[in-house]
Amino acid sequence: MKEKSLLQELESKFPQLEGKAVIQRARRIFVDHPHDSFYEVFDFSVKNLGCTMLCTLTGIDEDVMLAVIYNLGRDDGILINLIVRVPKEAPILKSVSSYFPNAVLYERELVDLFGMKVEGLPEGYRYPLPDNWPEGQFPLRKDWKQNHDNAGKEVQSDV
Amino acid sequence: MSNVTIPVGPQHPALKEPASFKITINGERIERADVRLGYNHRGVEKACEERNYIQDIYLIERVCGICSHSHSTAFVLAVEEIAAIEVPKRAFYIRTIIAELERIHSHLLWLGVAGHEIGFDTLLMYSWRDREIVMDILNMLTGNRVNYGINTIGGVRRDITPKQAQEILCGIDKLEERTRYYIELATEEVTLINRLSGVGFLSHEDALHLGAIGPTGRGSAVDRDIRRDDPYLSYPELQFKIVTDDHCDVYGRTLVRVGELMESYGMIRQLLQNIPEGPISVKAPRKIPAGRAFSRYEAPRGEDVHYIQANGTDMPERVKLRAPTLANVQSVARMLENSYLADVPIVVASIDPCFSCTDRMISLRTDGPGEKLMSWPELHAFSLDWNRKNRGIDFTNLNKRLIEKKV
Repeated sequence: MKEKSLLQELESKFPQLEGKAVIQRARRIFVDHPHDSFYEVFDFSVKNLGCTMLCTLTGIDEDVMLAVIYNLGRDDGILINLIVRVPKEAPILKSVSSYFPNAVLYERELVDLFGMKVEGLPEGYRYPLPDNWPEGQFPLRKDWKQNHDNAGKEVQSDV
Repeated sequence: MSNVTIPVGPQHPALKEPASFKITINGERIERADVRLGYNHRGVEKACEERNYIQDIYLIERVCGICSHSHSTAFVLAVEEIAAIEVPKRAFYIRTIIAELERIHSHLLWLGVAGHEIGFDTLLMYSWRDREIVMDILNMLTGNRVNYGINTIGGVRRDITPKQAQEILCGIDKLEERTRYYIELATEEVTLINRLSGVGFLSHEDALHLGAIGPTGRGSAVDRDIRRDDPYLSYPELQFKIVTDDHCDVYGRTLVRVGELMESYGMIRQLLQNIPEGPISVKAPRKIPAGRAFSRYEAPRGEDVHYIQANGTDMPERVKLRAPTLANVQSVARMLENSYLADVPIVVASIDPCFSCTDRMISLRTDGPGEKLMSWPELHAFSLDWNRKNRGIDFTNLNKRLIEKKV
């Protein structure tokens, strides 16, 4: 089984990952990773495990931490999902756009919707929120509620 | 000559959806293109977290007017994986049939748009006329032309009767014959070949590097297709070919799409021939156990990625979706470099960016107040009469000749 051998390769290179990586089903590997050596694992996955594409980046609000799933795809359909967690107080990531140029838009989404800071993200337009969006409002965080209607008038949230 | 930067969009007559391009030109040639998106952001992911799974199916189906089935299927597949629901095989077959019909309608729509963008409106009229065949089939099967509402968690909501299967096969035969004509047109019509060749060039290496997906990638010889690489629904049981082309330009992307139409017809025939008997759905729990799943789906424009995280309630903890256009945006910017300004519309259209085709007037009541309903022959006669009176053009004789020829 290819998934198993990929996992073994990953664990032999990074012993600290033992027990943190699981094969959820055929072609789906999830790796929950401590922050310190995350980018080394990412680099290894791209250069040695045959990950040729970045499908997307998924941000998740986990109360005091923000998680990001780097969704790496191989040509044979296997997805290696690398999960990293950063504190909500100081959510700092490093850009992976030097590996995959299409990461830029996914990273901008994390900046706008979760309030992440991404080091090394190239200059450019924000995405996807409008220019006049208020500072410090991150809609995909769990504590964010919509309290203005489309005309900008304050309303009671019904949620 | 010094460089000039001009804005195209966000609302621009040549582009059918709001996207903004900052184009730097030197003479007629584009030196650089910056793309800005986000004008259509509707907060769907947040809205999904505040609704239950059943409501989310209908919300997600409305992410896109054209590949609505793609999004709802990717969503239900992920939810079913988390809840470990055994979906009946017949339901998978029906979902796959709708999926391929959707691809046919989307590709024929694209062919028309591409024709329109290069001033070949006859192609637009022909392909959209033919597209009505597949729209009618979808309408017959699901009750709607778009946003089919066929999916539910645990299966599908409507079965396909033997009579409907027969009608699908009849429609497919007609469409196949028409598509052969388009292939002939695309491979032999010199005007079309010359207009599209070399336009919007994206090298194989660039396509791989920039992560181009779907027909955009396959038009640059990137041999990737989720239906084969990460199979789902009934695709593992089907025989089909992944169509690729090495022209690396708009012409290549056109050949890929018309080639894919032929593959879809073959797939639908196989599906209808081998569809197993049995139930079309199983009862699914309202509360989905905690878990997470990624599902991937080859939509007409490329790979859809959905991530669902469940927390044990009837509402998801997180729903993330990535539509194919987002993955192809950087490829467009590269294609535009060194292109001519006049080629911007066809180059942008060549990735088939998603815009809603849902606007269509329907009137269901014939007994209530309101305007009089017209049948097709009445509308036709009205049109002939209106043109004669208002424009002095008499189509009557021409119309008679056409009818005689048809008979």
